[in-house]
Amino acid sequence: MIWFKKDIFSRGKEKTVRVPQGLWVKCNHCNEIIYRKEVERNSEVCPKCNYHFRISARRRIEITLDEGSFVEHDGNISPVDALGFRDMKRYTERIGAAQQKAGLKDAIVCGEGTIEDRRLLLGVFEFSFMGGSMGSVVGEKIARLFERAMEERVPVVIFASSGGARMQEGILSLVQMAKTSAAIERIRRKAIPYISVLTDPTTGGVTASFATLADVIIAEPRALIGFAGPRVIEETIRQKLPEGFQRAEYLLEHGMIDMIVERKKMRHTLAKLIELLTD
Amino acid sequence: MQHKNIREFERPVEEIEKKIEELRFSREMTPDTAREIRRLEEKRDRLIKDIYSSLTPWQITLVARHPARPYTLDYIGLVFDEFEELHGDRLYRDDPAIVGGLARIEGRKVVVIGHQKGRNTKERFYRNYGMPHPEGYRKAKRLMELAQRFSRPIITFIDTPGAAPDIEAEERGQAVAIAENLLYMAGLGVPVVSAVIGEGGSGGALAIGVANRVLMLEYSIYSVISPEGCAAILWKDGSKAELAAAQLRMGARELEKLGIVDRVVEEPPGGAHRNYELAAKSLKKALLESLEELSALTPDEIREARYRKFRRMGVSTEGD
Repeated sequence: MIWFKKDIFSRGKEKTVRVPQGLWVKCNHCNEIIYRKEVERNSEVCPKCNYHFRISARRRIEITLDEGSFVEHDGNISPVDALGFRDMKRYTERIGAAQQKAGLKDAIVCGEGTIEDRRLLLGVFEFSFMGGSMGSVVGEKIARLFERAMEERVPVVIFASSGGARMQEGILSLVQMAKTSAAIERIRRKAIPYISVLTDPTTGGVTASFATLADVIIAEPRALIGFAGPRVIEETIRQKLPEGFQRAEYLLEHGMIDMIVERKKMRHTLAKLIELLTD
Repeated sequence: MQHKNIREFERPVEEIEKKIEELRFSREMTPDTAREIRRLEEKRDRLIKDIYSSLTPWQITLVARHPARPYTLDYIGLVFDEFEELHGDRLYRDDPAIVGGLARIEGRKVVVIGHQKGRNTKERFYRNYGMPHPEGYRKAKRLMELAQRFSRPIITFIDTPGAAPDIEAEERGQAVAIAENLLYMAGLGVPVVSAVIGEGGSGGALAIGVANRVLMLEYSIYSVISPEGCAAILWKDGSKAELAAAQLRMGARELEKLGIVDRVVEEPPGGAHRNYELAAKSLKKALLESLEELSALTPDEIREARYRKFRRMGVSTEGD
């Protein structure tokens, strides 16, 4: 059976494999073939080895918020090719393709909803949109999220999943790090809870700005989290990286995050934390 | 200045300079020789002006990284009346890739912080090529806290290829160290003036660059990623750096147009490395004027103005 043959090609790119639309899926971690419905019922987690599949923003919202409670904000902000950037493709082409594929204007979905009847503002990254990269739109939406939280005194939760700043926007993407961090500086003065959930993968300018400036930082099991990506580090030091390096468990051990929470328990953990931080 | 590190496009200049030197030292100084030297000097100056008036983005990158370019400590020596370097992050160690301390500029007491590159092989290694570790950013933050307590304006000099990308940096929280600085700078009640003096490499540069005024030397670069890194990712070929450099818009004039840089500081003809004193003079003037502009603001106004400044940055469109 071809299914059970070890696929030599999938090893190198195992992290980019998404849940396919078939009846069965292969776990990226343990390589088991699993009934797709079973994975879905299990919050997109492998029932055999607990591997957390990468999921879309829509699906994340579905499994996190109370059913039907989500209302999107700022859904019609779109990217602009301010630099006239062109690599092997034009940035405008890349935007078009990503929008079509993800059904979104850019790499984050923001809005509000409830968890266990508690109102909160939510931002969720869409990794399939240009690697969840942060450009002007993502920065703008996050800044608005925090500004709204200030006005309405509502807690904020952001699920990050991003390769970092969006190169095609050049310096304009870099300064979004400052913009988003500045927005958090203001909310910190008001004691409004902000919880950041780092999911696989979160690296670069997103890790080095708003994603690690939360009151509580949570990570999903085995999520890759870091400043520099593993490939860049390997090229710099010309060595293989140790097993488990930059994984959620490693970050917990090194004191960079507060806790690792499994997807099934995420909803309840968020509700509890918000409750404990709110008067 | 007799710096021997000449870039490809500067070679014609170097050849004339060699001739001038030969004339000066190999022959008796007759009126004819003197005239010839003057003629060559004029020719050289014209040539420099010519080359530097039409540098490509990649050539600007090379000038920004010129091994003879003045670094933070060079400017500190030339711009400030006094400087007391302070060391250490009080948590782990003193990171030589970032320097800082108490200083005085035209009588005004300030705190100064900057990335520091090394001049020779040994020093470059010691300074880690100007790539700070988390302890460097934490030292910077400690000095900013000091500035806040004593109501001292902060001047920062940006000159780094980027934050160190290695195991130790990750282990000690490079991302968090940078993020904490961005947040802390946003909340400072004292004026902050930053000057990009060479390379402004990504988050590692921005981590000391959340300023009320961002100045940039004419032949400096400031970018989200190095042209080499960008080429490796988007062109899948690191040697396409020249193309990437043009696409990224990293030069001072372009960044001024994009609203990221407030003021471009002119460099001496042929770049800062040809005349440290003149470069420093030009930078000092810009720094003093920026400090003066900000001196009348209250702490709340300073904070608010800085927030508004960064809040506006970015380009997007809203509507269906």
